Amino acid sequence: MYDAIVIGAGLSGLAAGIRLATYDQRVCVLERHTTIGGLNSFYRLGGRNYDVGLHAVTNYARPGNRSGPLGKLLRQLRLRWEEFDLSPQVGSRVAFPGVSLEFNNDPELLLSQVHEHFPQQTDRLRRLMREVVDYDELEGLTATASARQTVAQIITDPLLREMLFCPIMFYGNPREHDMEFGQFSILFRSIFLEGLARPAAGIRLILKALVRRFKAAGGELRLRSGVARIVVEANRAVRVVLENGEELAGRWILSSAGWLETLRLCDDCSRVEPPRPGQLSFVESISVLHCQPRELGCDRTVVFYNDQPHFHWERPAELVDLRSGVICSPNNFLYAQPPAEGMLRITHLANYDRWAALSPSEYRLAKLRWYDRSAAAAVRFVPEFRHAVVAVDMFTPTTIRRYTGHENGAVYGAPEKRRDGRTHLENLFLCGTDQGLVGIIGAILSGITVANRYCLRP
Amino acid sequence: MTAAEIRAAVIEILKTISPDSDFSELDDERPFREQVELDSMDFLDIVLQLRKLYRIHIPEEDYPALQSMASTVAYLEPKMRDLQKV
Repeated sequence: MYDAIVIGAGLSGLAAGIRLATYDQRVCVLERHTTIGGLNSFYRLGGRNYDVGLHAVTNYARPGNRSGPLGKLLRQLRLRWEEFDLSPQVGSRVAFPGVSLEFNNDPELLLSQVHEHFPQQTDRLRRLMREVVDYDELEGLTATASARQTVAQIITDPLLREMLFCPIMFYGNPREHDMEFGQFSILFRSIFLEGLARPAAGIRLILKALVRRFKAAGGELRLRSGVARIVVEANRAVRVVLENGEELAGRWILSSAGWLETLRLCDDCSRVEPPRPGQLSFVESISVLHCQPRELGCDRTVVFYNDQPHFHWERPAELVDLRSGVICSPNNFLYAQPPAEGMLRITHLANYDRWAALSPSEYRLAKLRWYDRSAAAAVRFVPEFRHAVVAVDMFTPTTIRRYTGHENGAVYGAPEKRRDGRTHLENLFLCGTDQGLVGIIGAILSGITVANRYCLRP
Repeated sequence: MTAAEIRAAVIEILKTISPDSDFSELDDERPFREQVELDSMDFLDIVLQLRKLYRIHIPEEDYPALQSMASTVAYLEPKMRDLQKV
């Protein structure tokens, strides 16, 4: 009998596991796949290391800064700042037709850029920044007002509004068109006020630091251990049945599988109204270059582009929506030791159903075709890089579905979140994407807060 | 444990929770929050560490007693008087 069973060895599940194991609970983290990681993960292909998931760690804080989300989670997990080895970004850009805004981890740069291109809006942006800071990252989750409407009352220039929404929606909005102002505030602060950073070794460094810490605290990690069902008796989840038939009992079950996905595992799922699944998925290509991206003039950390004045955040009718995209180079962070090979990751909105309907041969062809189209769309906003490409990999919505289990390959999960992590069962809780905290730091904090609230409070 | 030993034990717990803070200048009469960066999650950890190390259970309604070092030691003294130092 375990005190707690955690479903999924991603950032949130491992963080929850660390908290519980630190306080002497018997914890088992179950992972369906052969390696750790969830939405943020890594793999090796053709002798190279690749990352998937968010391009950067948001909420950057310098060593010694203890008040922000990063400092908070390091303390809670008893990790040293150095263990995440974060290097800040070089600088990023939001590129729209005829106007670009540069930003980095100092909000003054964004303010001066807005002053240059939208002089009437500078004080308004300052006001928005103040309002955003007033929302605590946990209490702020209750702010359900429309972000589009709230921001429109402050920022009166429609083009500037679209330029601010573009990076924010790409980095964490599970809903089409609009989002809650609370969620907007968290993302605004994490991207524009605190900023972007990355470990030189990528997300694997953070995941491996969490696993080390979890095991050192006495936790048990089981790979290749997918959960086939959750056995329910009288409003309690009494045990899980693994795909190999083995049964494990726990006092608490914490699931990072997603809200809908977790409900489906429960024996009694037919008596519960399921949440609507998310609709927003991505394609992403990774191009390996024979040189550093900056040698080609690709010197920004991230370029968020949109090729028209209005930004469309919706499931596209076609396989891929090339009107907007995110072009990121993991090389362009201020590392002590830069990575040897150049890489560019290009991400666009994509339609899960269209990709899922393709036959295997059509699928392979579509990947090749859309890689070419994606690169062609990107070079409208970054310098030409295609002649320098030596290897390519690409994932689609069906890849996301396969590795994360998320219905529709919905990267940010269900549009409606379970802020309190509760389910219809008294001892089954949600952590991770569908609890509503997003990004690498958000996922880790989600695991911590759910474990604290339900399994550790005396 | 004596009051001085309890104080030292609380300092050890604070150092575990927040390894790079300096507690040498701590004013026992003033609230922790005014002197060091501790949020509600950190206060939960003080409670959990006391439970883990000394098997002391502190109910949620008693949390206000943990406001300053002086009030914490006063609150813990009757609970820890008969314990041996660890």
